[in-house]
This record gives sequence, structure tokens and C-alpha cells, in this order.
Amino acid sequence: MKHRPPLISSIALTLAFVASAAGDPTIDAAKSSIIATFRQENVPVDAPLKKFNGRIDYNATQPNAAKAALEVDTGSLDLGSPDYDSEVRKKEWLDSGTYPKASFISTSVKPGAAGHFDATGTLTMKGKTQTLTVAVTVSQAGKAMVFDGAFEISRAYFAIGSKEWEGEVDDKVKVRFHLVE
Amino acid sequence: MLAMQQPRPAYTRPAAYTRTAVTLHWFIALLITAGFTLGATMTDLHMSPRKLRLYSYHKWIGITVLALVLLRLLWRAAHKLPLDEPMPPWQRIAAHATHWLLYLLMIVTPIVGWMYSSASGYPVVYLKLWQLPDLVSKNKQLADQLVDVHATLAWTLFGVVMLHAAAAFKHHFFDRDATLRRMLAWRRS
Repeated sequence: MKHRPPLISSIALTLAFVASAAGDPTIDAAKSSIIATFRQENVPVDAPLKKFNGRIDYNATQPNAAKAALEVDTGSLDLGSPDYDSEVRKKEWLDSGTYPKASFISTSVKPGAAGHFDATGTLTMKGKTQTLTVAVTVSQAGKAMVFDGAFEISRAYFAIGSKEWEGEVDDKVKVRFHLVE
Repeated sequence: MLAMQQPRPAYTRPAAYTRTAVTLHWFIALLITAGFTLGATMTDLHMSPRKLRLYSYHKWIGITVLALVLLRLLWRAAHKLPLDEPMPPWQRIAAHATHWLLYLLMIVTPIVGWMYSSASGYPVVYLKLWQLPDLVSKNKQLADQLVDVHATLAWTLFGVVMLHAAAAFKHHFFDRDATLRRMLAWRRS
């Protein structure tokens, strides 16, 4: 419970940010994907997060001013089998009952080569926050902007995972995203 | 090896199989027994790390059977088989049909299992070391169908193995011929 305030404030921030730009393009969830890859006994298992929303403000002429805010429903993680899906929503794992959302809010953006930038921001999950920098590739698909990238997180840091599965599932979870706006 | 290549006069004792063939036969038999038993029981287990491990072992066993059966077919193509024991033509036809059905099932059952694994989004990582390519892309509906096909094939294989074993016992205990014996000891030469 003591972890709630930062989560609530980050959600509030996200909402405020999303709301402030009502009418502006937001991420098209139907065309986008966020996939977490777990490794169990060396078997990579892709688990898409099916529900998320957010927006990325990006202007190629002013890449420094880019901003991103994303919110993901932790209960929408799909491991491909009902048993594992219900396990991963439990308290020891994502605890989706208490922490239904995870969020990423950018704090600064460092432009790189054309079509690339490093977004630094705060990832909030299960009441814990982590500052991370994500390398993002931008491309244009018709009228839409497409943002691709990947980052790795530690389950232990966010206290995600039960004792029973310790050593079975790698601590590192790779998250890759393909966001179309 | 060389003696095998030469046609045997009909009056000699029928040749046994070579050491390679006998070893492959019994090793594959052992693997099928283990793989089938695992497959038939693991699905009912409660979700746990152990269950996932058993699934992995089951997959490794299946892939091993697939590889060994392909080896066995290569062996078969390169060697002359021992002569059949005297038996009525229908039995001879039934025996050979059973053998080919076994080969077919030993190849198709693991492949469909592998496809099921791919369609479920769980790649096969052989012996925890080598990730095998996905045969189909992730597709829940297809996975649900493939698991049924895999189970049907496995139970059919079980039935055909039983028939094959029953026939071997019949030859051994009732006909008292060398059919089973030639698969129990490899050729002395």
C-alpha cells in the first residue's frame, strides 16, 4: 500500500498528459504491439500485452521536444494459456488486482542519428519505479508514425515472480514495442 | 556388414538384424514408451515449473525419436533385411504394413507435436541448448486443432505398437519361430 502514491501520481500525470492533448494523435493499439519475452528454461515465450494506451509527441524537426506517455493494463498479459495467465496476475507476480496499470513517462529525449532517439523516462510497475533509457527508431508508414524499440527489465527489481518459479524463469524480461500513431 | 549385402540361400537360418538396427529399435521403443507415458499424464498436472519441465522432456524425447527414425530409415535403405520367417501371405503383408505404419507415425507424431508447440508460441529448445525453428506461426485456433491431431496420432501409434508387440509374441510363443529372437540379439559374425 505504501507504494501506491507514486503509482497514482504517475497515472494522474499520464492522464493529464493524455488529456492535455485531446484530439491529437494517440497510439493506435490495434496496429501496435507491446510484447514481453520471458525465458523459461531457455525457452523464449512471447507474451503480448493486449491493452495499452498513450501517446508520443514527436516532431522530426524538434526531436528534443519529443514526449511519450504510455499506460499498460498488467492484466492483459497473454501467455497463451489460461493457467499461466491467471498465475501471472497473482500477488507474487504482476498483482494486477492491486496494480492494474504499469506506465512509462518520458522525462528527456536525446536525438541520435536520423530516425533514432534515446528516450529516458520512468517506468512504474507494481508500485516501484525505475529510470530507464530506451533506444527508439522512428519511421513513417503512410501518414502514421511508427516507433520501434526494446528494453530489458529485471523481475526481481519490481518484485515480480514467486519463489516456486525462481531459477525457472529468467530474471531478465525483454520488452519490445511497435507503436503506431 | 558385407555378409548382409549378399543374398542368403533360403535354407540357412534367417539373419538377425545388425547391431545398429537392434540398438535403434530398442532405444526408440524405450523412448516411445517414455514419451507416450509422459504425454498421456503431464497434461493433467497442475501448472508448476515441474509440469513445464516435463513438457520439455516430452518434446526432447519426440525430437530424438524423429531423428533416430530417420537414421533407421537410412539404415534400412542401405541394408538388406533378414528374410521373413515362413508365414501365410496375409501375415507377411500385415507385418510389413504395420512396420510402415509405425515408421509413418513415428515421423508424423513428433512433427505435429512440434507444430503444436510452435503454434502455441512455445518454441522447442532441444536439450535446453538448441532452439528449433518454428514450423508454423503462433495461432491459438491452429494450436487447439494440432493438439487433438497430435493426441490422436499418439494413441494410434500406441495401438499399432501394441499390435506389433502382440504379433512378435505370437511368433515367439505360438509359432516358435525366430521373428522376435532376431531382434533380441544382433548377428554374430
